[in-house]
Amino acid sequence: MRVVGTGTLALLAGSLAAVAIAAYPGLRRADAAPEAVRMAAGLKPVTDFARIKNKDERAVALFEEAGKVLQSPRCMNCHPAGDRPTQTDKMLPHQPLVVRGEAGMGAPGGLACTTCHHEANFDAARVPGNPKWQLAPIEMAWQGRSLGQICAQIKDSKLNGGKTMAQLVHHMAEDELVGWGWNPGAGRTPAPGTQKQFGELIKAWADAGAACPKG
Amino acid sequence: MAAFTLKINGREHQIDVDPGTPLLWAIRDNVGLTGTKYGCGVAQCGACTVYVDGQTVRSCSLPVSAVGKSEVTTIEGLTSKEAVAVQKAWAAHDVPQCGYCQSGQVMSAAALLGLNPKPTDQDIDLAMNGNICRCATYVRIRAAIHSAAKSLEG
Ligand code: FES
Ligand code: FES
Repeated sequence: MRVVGTGTLALLAGSLAAVAIAAYPGLRRADAAPEAVRMAAGLKPVTDFARIKNKDERAVALFEEAGKVLQSPRCMNCHPAGDRPTQTDKMLPHQPLVVRGEAGMGAPGGLACTTCHHEANFDAARVPGNPKWQLAPIEMAWQGRSLGQICAQIKDSKLNGGKTMAQLVHHMAEDELVGWGWNPGAGRTPAPGTQKQFGELIKAWADAGAACPKG
Repeated sequence: MAAFTLKINGREHQIDVDPGTPLLWAIRDNVGLTGTKYGCGVAQCGACTVYVDGQTVRSCSLPVSAVGKSEVTTIEGLTSKEAVAVQKAWAAHDVPQCGYCQSGQVMSAAALLGLNPKPTDQDIDLAMNGNICRCATYVRIRAAIHSAAKSLEG
């Protein structure tokens, strides 16, 4: 962070920032995971599941592994059940207050996602970005849902944007906004594993019949 | 360092900066337009608000390298009818206290009225809550936006 000159301006700027930070405890650096924890956790490879002979059991186990990604804060933060996204590993309410609006990009005339989030992460300002930055539609809300409920929702073409299973696999494995989860910028814990591994798990789950965890 | 041509308030400016320099610093230090303020540097206060191709952007959150040929508008170049109405209403309501946050407030208020000519209190809160005022002029800001909206009705 850069400091402006000297004197009153710097004092004012400093206190403005201090007010912002005092008012929003979610902004404190301490909310971010410590560097050691931020290293991406791994995902088990698809081959680890081959020994599960029962197809449904294998599908469930594969989905539970993929669920480590789906339920990571990098994914969940933009799949809120309400109107406001969350942020940080603690999934605190997004600061400033933003709402989904009709297109998942902010209220009309209000704060649009693109006021702060641009085409790429900008680590100097600690602001993440991606060309597709937006909230998931409300029918794709994941927060507060069990993994089984998320699974059923993902499979349901009425709730997943009309995707077939093949399109769903492609989306998980290739979509660049999904891919942001593994390249989230400084100070954010990446989603576990890699997008490639995640895509393979989802594909293997689909190939095994796409059974969902109970509950 | 790299050379960039920034179009700001209708004029082109050649600058030579690190590509990762926030637009805010190019505007203030390289172009010399100091109406745009620095408050937090992390997209949390709104003091650095400018328009990029007509859309509000926190200039601290955008690197110069991402601006390209876009038109940047700062408080010095704000001339829309909404902006004029906002400035008049600001004076009538005596909105600013220390004034530090106010160029950002005016940029956001004028943008709001451009998109939503009759904002409700809630619309105003949703549009303006990203502009922090340490002097807490929020009540006057809201009243002045309503006045500006009324004056634009005809
Ligand atoms: S300085 Fe850009 S939002 Fe505070
Ligand atoms: S008028 Fe002083 S910070 Fe807003």
